[in-house]
Amino acid sequence: MRSIYIARRVISELVRDKRTLAMMFVAPVLIMFLMKLIFTQSATTSVTVATVGVDGQVRSALNDVKHVTVQKRATNHSAQKALKAQKVDAVIHETSANHYTVTYANTDATKTSLVKVGFNAALTANGIKTLKQTTTKLSQTVTQMAATLAKVSPQAAAILKAPQAKPAASTKITNHYQYGDKDTGFFDKIVPILMGFFVFFFVFLISGMALLKERTTGTLDRLLATPVRRGEIVLGYMLSYGILALIQTVIIVLCTVGFMGVEITGTLAAVMVINFLLALVALAFGILMSTLAQSEFQMMQFIPIIVIPQVFFSGIVPLDSLASWVKDISYVLPLTYAGNAMTQIIMYGTKLSGLGLDIGVLLLFLLVLTALNVRGMRRYRKV
Amino acid sequence: MTEPLIALKHLQKRFGKQTVLADVSLTVAGGEILGLIGPSGAGKSTVIKTALGMEVADGGSAAVLNTQMPNRQLLGRIGYMAQDDALYEALSAEENLRFFGRMKGVAKADMATEIAHVAAVVDLTPDLKKAVSGYSGGMKRRLSLAIALLGDPELLILDEPTVGIDPALRRKIWGELHKLRDAGRGILITTHVMDEAELVDDVALLLGGKVMAYGAPSMLEAQYDVQTIEQVFLKAEGVA
Ligand SMILES: Nc1ncnc2c1ncn2[C@@H]1O[C@H](COP(=O)(O)OP(=O)(O)OP(=O)(O)O)[C@@H](O)[C@H]1O
Ligand SMILES: [Mg+2]
Repeated sequence: MRSIYIARRVISELVRDKRTLAMMFVAPVLIMFLMKLIFTQSATTSVTVATVGVDGQVRSALNDVKHVTVQKRATNHSAQKALKAQKVDAVIHETSANHYTVTYANTDATKTSLVKVGFNAALTANGIKTLKQTTTKLSQTVTQMAATLAKVSPQAAAILKAPQAKPAASTKITNHYQYGDKDTGFFDKIVPILMGFFVFFFVFLISGMALLKERTTGTLDRLLATPVRRGEIVLGYMLSYGILALIQTVIIVLCTVGFMGVEITGTLAAVMVINFLLALVALAFGILMSTLAQSEFQMMQFIPIIVIPQVFFSGIVPLDSLASWVKDISYVLPLTYAGNAMTQIIMYGTKLSGLGLDIGVLLLFLLVLTALNVRGMRRYRKV
Repeated sequence: MTEPLIALKHLQKRFGKQTVLADVSLTVAGGEILGLIGPSGAGKSTVIKTALGMEVADGGSAAVLNTQMPNRQLLGRIGYMAQDDALYEALSAEENLRFFGRMKGVAKADMATEIAHVAAVVDLTPDLKKAVSGYSGGMKRRLSLAIALLGDPELLILDEPTVGIDPALRRKIWGELHKLRDAGRGILITTHVMDEAELVDDVALLLGGKVMAYGAPSMLEAQYDVQTIEQVFLKAEGVA
């Protein structure tokens, strides 16, 4: 019961603190907006593709794709040289009929995917055209032949039927990358983790500051001079900042989807649930860390120590190739689990029910941190 | 003879290597005001915090309302005013009062009358709706006192309640304290204002971690052969 009053008080204090509110709600939006500016800018870059021995129709179809320019090269050697010299962004080499070898510079993931998508579109467009032409030609031939045959032998003509639509010529594309591999869609990969990171960062900082202020102004002592339970204080803070974190999570997630145009394969609700869970962990974490700080400046010092490493170790950089002890660090960071769950939902459409482990670990974090907080309050009152 | 509201026996408290309280024994009975005086840094606030259970004693015992401290439930029956004004600056005085009232467990039905009463005692009725950040130092002190008075506690523990309060209001507040005492409440008060020490029933002079003098003001004045408590203070400090 008292926790609700504490939560209400914290909220009415916050509502009057316009700056902090702005920090919680506007800052993430601003950052997302800036990222949109940066990343969509490169999405409109155009690419130049060198083709070697590619059929003229495919070439012109590719040239028709927006932001794609085609250069015809005589030999594969000269094309590859142009690629190395950064004159072209990709080389398409038709090694034999309908077998293409594509080499990408792949220094810019957006360019690579533009070539990929453009080339596929060109092949499809061309394929349909060719198919139509072939079919018309064939039926013409058949009619002519039938007419000729009918004169010679009427029985044979009956055997000869107009052929069915020929199955599409099997097209084979082999991809080569001058740099990296096909997974270098870097930005797509980090978006889920970045989103979680923003949620974590802002909630961690502000909740920690709030309890710190309560302690340094002495109101915590005064509060503890009433029969309130230590757990009720922690719960009151979790409640009030939980509501705030919920609003913030919704804003950040909607911004990521709306501004950044990130496509979510799973459900939006699942993304929000994971983010909210992460926000609660950040909340408990912030409160715990604030007990170790003597001032707001000391609270800021936790950012490079506690907040930033989470980004490095939680999957933005693939850790597979690193020493196993480095990987072990990531297992104790909440962002690892949230980032993993979010990646699963956003990229593979995994349902919440399939993410039991990640959710379980996050809940465990929340439980342990909350218990530590209640326990930590003992420093200010023994009962 | 009724049980004392506060009974401190041979209380000891150390902060690291520094022994702040060496041996402090004192009692506050119902219907009595005990004034705790002593130079700055003598350990007055420490006595109070240990009695409340916010600090654990290193030796001796602290019993409040017949219960060994620390005890959480008991805190609802004590009105405590800390030395520093710990208030929620963004909230209005009324919101501060209501919040602490709820924390102390004041019944919802009594809240409005309680707030009106304590605000009247400290003369804050016209400023109740104002945000505390716009209060003067003395107004904050008065609001702090009002919060301690909430819920009509059996025991009041006030750490320098009258700092920064003008003489007329101070007199009014002392009038209220005497009224509470006459109604059977016990009050433990610390002060640096020596003429206030004349207004209490018993004075305890804290020096060097010990209670150097303890008794009714008139008795102490006779014992030290001086006219005022201020002279007792100076004389005792000179000896120590
Ligand atoms: N939390 C603490 N940690 C370390 N030392 C402390 C702590 N609290 C008080 N002290 C020390 O204990 C001594 C007594 O402090 P206390 O606040 O009880 O003095 P006081 O008599 O109330 O002084 P004043 O009249 O100035 O309020 C001081 O020397 C102080 O430095
Ligand atoms: Mg003091």
